[in-house]
Amino acid sequence: MSQWMGNRTLEVVTLGLDGEVFAIDAILVHEILEMVPITRVPGARSFVGSLLNVRGKVVPLADPRVRLGMECRPPTIDSRILVIEVELEGEPTIVGLLADKVFEVTEVAAAALEETPRLGMRWPPHLIRCVGKRGDDFIIVLEIGRLFDNADLFGAPETAAPQLLSA
Amino acid sequence: MTIDPADTFRQEAQDLFEQLEQALLDMEDRPDDLELVGTAFRALHTLKGSGAMFGFDALAAFAHHLEAAFDQVRHGVLAASPDLVALALAAKDHLRGLLDGSASADDPAACALLDRLQDVVAPTRHRSPPQAPKADGLGDDGPGGAAKEGGEAAIWRLKVRLPADALATGTNPLLLLDELRDLGPCTVIAHTEAVPVLDAFDPSTLYLWWEVVLTTTRPRGDIEDVFIFVRDDMNLSIEPVAAASDKRLGEILVERGAVTQAGVEDALARRPRIGKLLVDGGAVPPAQVEAALAEQAHARAPAPAGQRRPTGQESIRVSADRLDALMDRVGELVISQARLKQLVAGHEDIPLKAVTEEIERLIAELRDTTMGIRMVPIASLFSRFRRLVHDLSKDLGKEVELTTSGEDTELDKTVIERLNDPLVHMVRNAIDHGLEAPDVRLAAGKPRQGKVHLSASHSGAQVLISIQDDGRGLDAERIRARAVEHGLIAADSSVPDAELFQMIFAPGFSTAHEVTSVSGRGVGMDVVKRTIESLRGTVEVDSVAGHQTVVTLKLPLTLAIIDGLLVRVGDGRYVLPLSAVEECVELTSEADARSRGRNFLNIRGDLVPFLRLREFFASPLPAAPFQKVVIVSDGDLRVGLVVDEVIGDHQTVIKSLSRLHADVESFSGATILGDGGVALILDVSHLIEIGQVRDEIRKVS
Repeated sequence: MSQWMGNRTLEVVTLGLDGEVFAIDAILVHEILEMVPITRVPGARSFVGSLLNVRGKVVPLADPRVRLGMECRPPTIDSRILVIEVELEGEPTIVGLLADKVFEVTEVAAAALEETPRLGMRWPPHLIRCVGKRGDDFIIVLEIGRLFDNADLFGAPETAAPQLLSA
Repeated sequence: MTIDPADTFRQEAQDLFEQLEQALLDMEDRPDDLELVGTAFRALHTLKGSGAMFGFDALAAFAHHLEAAFDQVRHGVLAASPDLVALALAAKDHLRGLLDGSASADDPAACALLDRLQDVVAPTRHRSPPQAPKADGLGDDGPGGAAKEGGEAAIWRLKVRLPADALATGTNPLLLLDELRDLGPCTVIAHTEAVPVLDAFDPSTLYLWWEVVLTTTRPRGDIEDVFIFVRDDMNLSIEPVAAASDKRLGEILVERGAVTQAGVEDALARRPRIGKLLVDGGAVPPAQVEAALAEQAHARAPAPAGQRRPTGQESIRVSADRLDALMDRVGELVISQARLKQLVAGHEDIPLKAVTEEIERLIAELRDTTMGIRMVPIASLFSRFRRLVHDLSKDLGKEVELTTSGEDTELDKTVIERLNDPLVHMVRNAIDHGLEAPDVRLAAGKPRQGKVHLSASHSGAQVLISIQDDGRGLDAERIRARAVEHGLIAADSSVPDAELFQMIFAPGFSTAHEVTSVSGRGVGMDVVKRTIESLRGTVEVDSVAGHQTVVTLKLPLTLAIIDGLLVRVGDGRYVLPLSAVEECVELTSEADARSRGRNFLNIRGDLVPFLRLREFFASPLPAAPFQKVVIVSDGDLRVGLVVDEVIGDHQTVIKSLSRLHADVESFSGATILGDGGVALILDVSHLIEIGQVRDEIRKVS
């Protein structure tokens, strides 16, 4: 986080999720797609329940609303897919991130960036990198790495034990 | 892209090391086989030559000593004793170390090796040369054949015919002749009769051949070595000439007659010609001598030429990256072709359809060829284990016979490479823990020598690789005790042996010392399993206590493209590997209704359980009115999969699923369809497992 804070400004893409404005580091975003046909993966966790074709590559589609405990409404005409690169177990992987809306690419001044307040957040605090101020509004900058942290996703003991037995 | 010449040498050296090792290991069984000695010698010679050229001086120097030893073996001065072979194997390892920089020339171990090499070589120095064996089928060694340096001088007659394209391939005949001159005083006669008129003259073609009369104290092998790099393509004959002083033409010709008598071939056919030459010889002596030599050479040349068998199919080196890139392109081509096919399906344009079909056929062939390039016979993997078994059996004091079968089974190169470590592990386990010591084996009524058998075979779209030993087998009771201790099973549970054996793959389980020392198997078996699973394969263990253990790896044939059957289930499309599909039948509404309670189909008298994929995938759409059942098989197990629609065949470029979907077991990957959509590839063996389990549950209830 410190290297972030060291920069004068942070370039982010702002997106809407369930009526709230969130932001992710713009450098992670490869491209932004309108909704395309997606393929459901039966049996997958709802956070990454589907796949899509991004220029000949099969890419998992993640719905951050699941991780943030939000209601998942069907896509609308405003829905977008952000194609981002994240590191999964040390391997850079392309994934799609579903958003209800994408607003803009913008800069948030360093001075306006504040450490995540410990209290008063509706969302799991470890998924939030920091909170930025933009005019009178708050922008919540997501900690994308943690969003896809497999230890977080698979860590539940009930998935580990059966693996041993079925091995 | 620039290629580091040293890297090229490293690659070449790896091949040479492999050849050398094979030859050495074969030599253990057949110490008298000169072909093997020749192979080892050539490998060493090339290592020495190329090594020095690319600046690997330490390697070249060390190879020289070893080469010298094998030179003696080649000339029958030294026997290819087990000691020498063992020494050479160790020396080969040292050379490999020198190549990758992990060893240095002044290593004490290296010096010890050299000393021992001296010891093996030296005692034979002054022994009188034994009856020289046939070398390379080119005739007996001559009078000075086995003479060492400083020995008697001998005269040799050489006929040197290089291939016509020798100049084009970079051979400089003058340098070769100069090398011959270095061996001793020599007379070179160039034969120019094949040189055409100037109009037809091609400057890059070699029209000349040479006859060389050489007086040297060096052995015949040294003369052959001059041509070592061109030996396979050229015609070379080396004959001894009885030493004599100033001979007259007639004497030479008579002497030629003597040589032909010594050689068995067509002495009679030659006789009249010698008479004729004697007559004509008086007229224009020098030209006629040359003509005589030329004629004689013409008569003799075919004999040695036909004897050399081709030394291997021609091949070129291509970096794996380029192959991968090629494979990617073909993959994209296949996807575009699928799109084209789908577009054309809606048209009635006959010529367009014809072209599309043509392209489809071509791409299928291109795909197969490209895949073929990546396929490597598994022999290249199996052959590495001979050395491992050789060393292990010595280290552990066990007698082991390694047998292999199905070496020509082909697998994707990347799969082969990744299989190396797991297989090494399992072979080591089999010998270390599986096989008993010779006296224990005798006491158990088994032959002293333990057997380890490596086999590979095709089974549908899979390749089976098994490692079988006739050792003591797995101890189910010890594993059970250990599993209870680890809390993997309840103390009073009755777990079948097959499941118990699977426990050895559990991480951490195997390292338990008591188990490994008693029942064998284990260290790092979890790593083996992980590697195999990452290749989309499975591992099975079977064992009969006291008799044998068999570990079987099942691997998919390829990691890239398969022929698939595209089906629709609800709103999703899925691909089944066509090789697993046995047949498609209709699920009649009666059968559908009747089978509500029991999910069985009657396929020509056989009961086949089936899975309703719609239910399995929790599809929201209602079922199609005429559902189909696709019968898939894996080995001898069959299961029917109920789908809404069978769409057709589809060339499937497999894209692996990301780690985010590592927990989804029903699918082995995904692919991109003609319309840009994504279809999941069903993991047939997993579905069959589920089908069988459901079947079991129902039987019990």
